[in-house]
Amino acid sequence: MIFYTDEHEWVEIEGFGGTAGITKFAARQLGDITYVDFPSVGDYFAEGEMICEIESVKSVSEFYAPISGKITEVNRELEDIPELVNESPEEDGWIVKIKADNPEEAGGLMNEEEYREYLSSIE
Amino acid sequence: MLDVCGVSSIDELFSVIPESLKSPGVELPEHIDEYELDRRVRNLASLNKTPVSFCGGGMYEHFIPAAVDSIAGKAEFYTPYTPYQPECSQGTLQTVYELQTALCRLYGMEASNASVYDGATAVAEAALMAVRVTRRRKIIVDGCLNPLYIRVLKTYLRYADCEIVQTGRRGAGLSEDGLEAEIDEKTACYIYQNPDFFGNVRDLSSDIKKVHSAGALAVASAYPVSLGLLKTPGEMGADIATGEGQSLGNPLNFSGPYIGFITCKRKYIRKLPGRIVAETEDNEGRRGFVLTLQTREQHIRRARATSNICTNQNHCGLRSLIYMTLMGKNGMREIAISNAKKASYACEKFKERGFAIENPGPIFNEFVVNIEKDAEDVLKNLYKRGFLGGVPLGKYFPDMKNCVLIAVTEVRSLREIEEFIGEFEKSV
Repeated sequence: MIFYTDEHEWVEIEGFGGTAGITKFAARQLGDITYVDFPSVGDYFAEGEMICEIESVKSVSEFYAPISGKITEVNRELEDIPELVNESPEEDGWIVKIKADNPEEAGGLMNEEEYREYLSSIE
Repeated sequence: MLDVCGVSSIDELFSVIPESLKSPGVELPEHIDEYELDRRVRNLASLNKTPVSFCGGGMYEHFIPAAVDSIAGKAEFYTPYTPYQPECSQGTLQTVYELQTALCRLYGMEASNASVYDGATAVAEAALMAVRVTRRRKIIVDGCLNPLYIRVLKTYLRYADCEIVQTGRRGAGLSEDGLEAEIDEKTACYIYQNPDFFGNVRDLSSDIKKVHSAGALAVASAYPVSLGLLKTPGEMGADIATGEGQSLGNPLNFSGPYIGFITCKRKYIRKLPGRIVAETEDNEGRRGFVLTLQTREQHIRRARATSNICTNQNHCGLRSLIYMTLMGKNGMREIAISNAKKASYACEKFKERGFAIENPGPIFNEFVVNIEKDAEDVLKNLYKRGFLGGVPLGKYFPDMKNCVLIAVTEVRSLREIEEFIGEFEKSV
């Protein structure tokens, strides 16, 4: 199941594992992404806490934890090819993997349809 | 304008400001013409005394080759600000790039910014940088760091929600082993000075290893002139190295404007505050220079910028670059050796005359003499005899009222040193 936050992050939940990144909308807004300032594997973030910063040619924005948990992996491929976030924000351009404290927490986020409605309300 | 604002006078315009906050006015003398003013100021200037100085403690008298003034005085370089437009500022941007390169080589580090205000704010910016890198908020300060730097650090971090702890000190001696007791998983950085405030030279490599094994950063403050001779912060493993640039081509002038250096390991460059100049190529493949990684800075990142306080000191930086370029690697080494030799000579002479030296080991160009009576009185006597005899340490350390910090740079002749020690003895 994929869930979305109102800060335009997505998280795909499988059991206790979650893969997270930024949405197509966020990637388009940021413009060409040049750098992702990764957290360390093992760092813990509560839902809504800043995990890292994402830098583009025109700005820097914060990437918030969609669910509470521990970072188990970061997408090292982005160190050499940060533009993957623009090209494939919701697949190859994922940012971190999280071991969730409680995967049920994601129930409080938006599903795909709700996120689409949310986008049309702000666009 | 008053009409537009709907008020009838300047007083009315400013009436919302409470009286207690308004200036009572400035009483200025009658105006005089330029010639008369010139004469009066010259007369005033002639009253200045120029005693022979043995004062240091962060600012030092060094020889400045005349070429520094003449090159730095070129009209093309006379700009108060870092130019953002590379299309019309290649010369200035190139000097900043070369300054960064020279500082990286001197400090043994991989990256540098275009400078900050002074040595003290460089330490404070480095502490904030370490907090950003580690996401930890405890800062350990070595007890032998310049006490004025510690004050600036505390001012800068007053509202930064950080804990600042200081390791112990035995008089002018080396720091006690407080580091190991203090360092923990909350520690962002350990800040040390080498040579320390009392002139002691140390190799902190093993302390830095302990800092790293706790996941914290090591922040150095180092006197640039000493680095022509001493092990560099980079060689000791420091993550961020800072310094005060006054001693490289900038004269002593009532404490400023001076220049702070801040250099770091390459992997931390995105957390470095201030402007950074980089080399690039233009659309015809020619070498050129531009400001880079600007998304760190306040004109883009606003409140979340790496710093909202700093700026670079372009003119002082230009002078430092010209100084280092004129000296070259060998010249920097010779100056450092000359400082160390003259200070060690003076220190030995003080010992021969029976004075107690507080430094437990090797020194660079400063040492602490304990005269076993109030140092301020002795320094007043010395001033009457034509000498600025040193920094009275009681000013900063209540337990050191009897101690004087004496600096000897390359500009002091052996004769001046001999005379000074003679007069010092008489004044005590």
